[in-house]
Amino acid sequence: MASTFTIRVNGRQHAVVTDADRPLLDVLREDLGLTGTKFGCGEGACRACTVILDGQATQSCITTMATAADAEIETIEGLASGDQLHPVQQAFIDQSGMQCGYCVPGQIMSATALLREDPHATREKIIDAMTGNLCRCCNYGNILAAVEQAAARE
Amino acid sequence: MSNQSREFDVSSLREESPAEFERYEFREPPRYVFAADRREFVGALGAGLVILVSPQGAQAQREGRQARREERLADRLHVGVDGVVTVFTSKVEVGQGARTQITQAAAEELRLPMEQIRLVMADTASCPDDGGTAGSRTTPSTIPRVRNACAAARARLVEFAAAKLHAETSEVQYDGGAFSVPSGAATTLGDLAADRKLIEALQAPPAADVEIRSVDSWQVLGAPAPKVGAVAIVTGRHRYPSDVQVQGMVYGKVLRPASYGATLKDADLAPAKAMDGVTAVRDGNFVGCTAPTSWRAAQAVEAIAATATWDRPPHLHSDRLYEHLQNTAKAEGGGRRGEGRQWGDWQAALAAARKRLQSTYRVAYIQHAPMEPRAAVAQWQDGRLTVWTGTQQPARVHSELQNAFRLEATDVRVIVPDTGGGFGGKHTGEAAVEAARLAKAAGKPTSLRWTREEEFTWAYFRPAGVIEIDAALDESGRLTAWDVTNINSGGSAIDSPYQSASGRTRVLAADAPLRQGSYRALASTANNFAREAAMDELAELANVDPLDFRLAHLGPGRLRDVLVAATDRFDWRSRRAAGRSAGVACGTEKGSFVAACVEAAVVNNTIRVTSICQAYECGAIQNPKNLLSQVQGCIMMGLGGALREEIRFADGQIVNPSFSSYQVPRMDDLPDLDVVLLNRQDLPSVGAGETPIIAVAPALAGAVFAATGKRRRSLPLQI
Ligand code: FES
Ligand code: FES
Repeated sequence: MASTFTIRVNGRQHAVVTDADRPLLDVLREDLGLTGTKFGCGEGACRACTVILDGQATQSCITTMATAADAEIETIEGLASGDQLHPVQQAFIDQSGMQCGYCVPGQIMSATALLREDPHATREKIIDAMTGNLCRCCNYGNILAAVEQAAARE
Repeated sequence: MSNQSREFDVSSLREESPAEFERYEFREPPRYVFAADRREFVGALGAGLVILVSPQGAQAQREGRQARREERLADRLHVGVDGVVTVFTSKVEVGQGARTQITQAAAEELRLPMEQIRLVMADTASCPDDGGTAGSRTTPSTIPRVRNACAAARARLVEFAAAKLHAETSEVQYDGGAFSVPSGAATTLGDLAADRKLIEALQAPPAADVEIRSVDSWQVLGAPAPKVGAVAIVTGRHRYPSDVQVQGMVYGKVLRPASYGATLKDADLAPAKAMDGVTAVRDGNFVGCTAPTSWRAAQAVEAIAATATWDRPPHLHSDRLYEHLQNTAKAEGGGRRGEGRQWGDWQAALAAARKRLQSTYRVAYIQHAPMEPRAAVAQWQDGRLTVWTGTQQPARVHSELQNAFRLEATDVRVIVPDTGGGFGGKHTGEAAVEAARLAKAAGKPTSLRWTREEEFTWAYFRPAGVIEIDAALDESGRLTAWDVTNINSGGSAIDSPYQSASGRTRVLAADAPLRQGSYRALASTANNFAREAAMDELAELANVDPLDFRLAHLGPGRLRDVLVAATDRFDWRSRRAAGRSAGVACGTEKGSFVAACVEAAVVNNTIRVTSICQAYECGAIQNPKNLLSQVQGCIMMGLGGALREEIRFADGQIVNPSFSSYQVPRMDDLPDLDVVLLNRQDLPSVGAGETPIIAVAPALAGAVFAATGKRRRSLPLQI
């Protein structure tokens, strides 16, 4: 049964008429056209779909609209200010943190949430926080280097 | 022969013929046969294509490779009035860095900064057919072709500028898009492009004697150029195939068989059709729905699935896989011609062995599992079909669509946006065909993205294999016979680089229970694993260090060089002397050379890889940054197949079709990674997206043996 939900995404409010158990990921991509957040598995096991929801890195594929309603959501599209990249985004470029890049929005959102909480996170903490973000290009060395660069700078 | 001309040896232009593909390239019948529709036969030549460099572009495509050598510059590139040169190639970017490297190649020969090159990839309406993206062919084959065309274009532009500036060609100074002559007159690329006569000047094929820049004066190639398109990726703006959205689009979903080989007896579409905005279609064994959201489309298909009845044939259990492959091995026909060979009297040598090794090695079925599953958006306009999809083979998908819908070649357009991973797993057009069929039923553009479970079940797999090795040593510990048989997993790299007085190689086909196809380095991973693991066992029989045993059987050359480079850097001898658990392996495939050293520990029955040192050599390095990233990625991906990845199946279904049950490498698997890149500027560049994957598994097996004293002869390595 469809109902109306209000979600705030990247500072903008949207009213969405949809099913309460529909995943936030689908709404972001299909209803709002925010395709930067990716589908990788749909079961919470790859974190390609990571957004920041009320400050927490969250898998949007297993977050229902009922849960997302009234929350503050940030997606990859909201990270840069104009042409000014966020330091984590810049670090991914500097350290070649991408091959195909499909996992990268999720990686960047996970790293951003981590570094907001712990701006100088140790390597151990970074690995602990990021190891659920799969990269099938297996570019883990460079991704780790990118997050470490951002951790030193922020 | 000079280096330069070697790079353009015409034989390199022939290497992409279909015969050169691995044997697992598909020769299967189409999955769906759709009913004919009379209107389809009326060809509608209407609205032009967005980018059409020349009317001959499509013609050249249909004529395939033959047309390539007569390729006209106008088919390869277009000079814009803004001074930007647009270059066209049918190659795709799936993360391996082709976009960046081809851009570098064009910039190098056109003497332009990379920002002034726009590369259009894999649009069948506008790109000349450079073949699919497979077999590490982009670097040795497409890059030279692009350089050749760009160098020829530069020469033409200089001639054209000379005429315009009333000077001799030899007087024209050209660099970075600006032309000047001694009189002081000057012009730019953009100005030339505004002159309509330029189009004619670019029509003829490039001259045969065009000069390309030699390696020692490379400016753009050879440098660590950053990835083209990186900003769009980190900001989420890049649209992967699954992100393409067109006006009025709906979402599609297909009903999958209940198990492998199952045929649909009956299904009721009514419950789906009753849903708001849903279109349901059945065409032969194809059943699918479209809806305003993918969520609703999935519900609609579930509603049909609940009514569906199937005939389900029996299907092998993965527990019996290897015995099944051995029992069904056929005497012939497993490899390409030339893969089976014999030299010397290997039977006599085996019989006379002082020491003999007879070992059987196994490799499991594994899945590519690219992060972006198969996806396509299909749009019909006036009987013409445009499909955006993620595939490594745009031309093949083009003909799949043409055949499925009985269309003229010119009525089908396939566009491949830079895609979220391939690894040899996206050579087919299932999603494209399905999206197109659904779009036709809905009368609306349709987006279809496979679920992870669909990708794990209905894509294809790297073939499982059984490899038997029978080898003999004489009293001095030298190999005298080498007999290797690969059952089912293919022949790449089956030729041993080690000296043996006699031997035999065989590649046997078997009855494969799963749909199998290409994979990054495909059979070479299996054959290299078996051979290197056997070399370790033989070294033990000969009572020699595994490195020394290898060196004793290798002549001088590129393989020996990487082996020495890796073991030196890793400090092999001191680690071994200190009793550390280390393993070594090397190999060659597709013209490049790799050696790896691995140190690992086994704790609580789990392998923990602590450090890897790998040396790699692929000729002159075109982009060290991208190369390093590819090599590191290959090592980590190779660890997945060595440690954990294994597809299991029962009752015609995959038992572990998810990332929670099929465990791919993660960041916490990352060991200390040390990569040594040997830059052989005196040798032609070859592709590096595959071969660096083949050494890590056997080196790890050696380390695990050192740690536990037990041989593991299967991938993944079982503890
Ligand atoms: S798509 Fe959400 S965790 Fe994989
Ligand atoms: S860069 Fe391709 S999946 Fe991570």
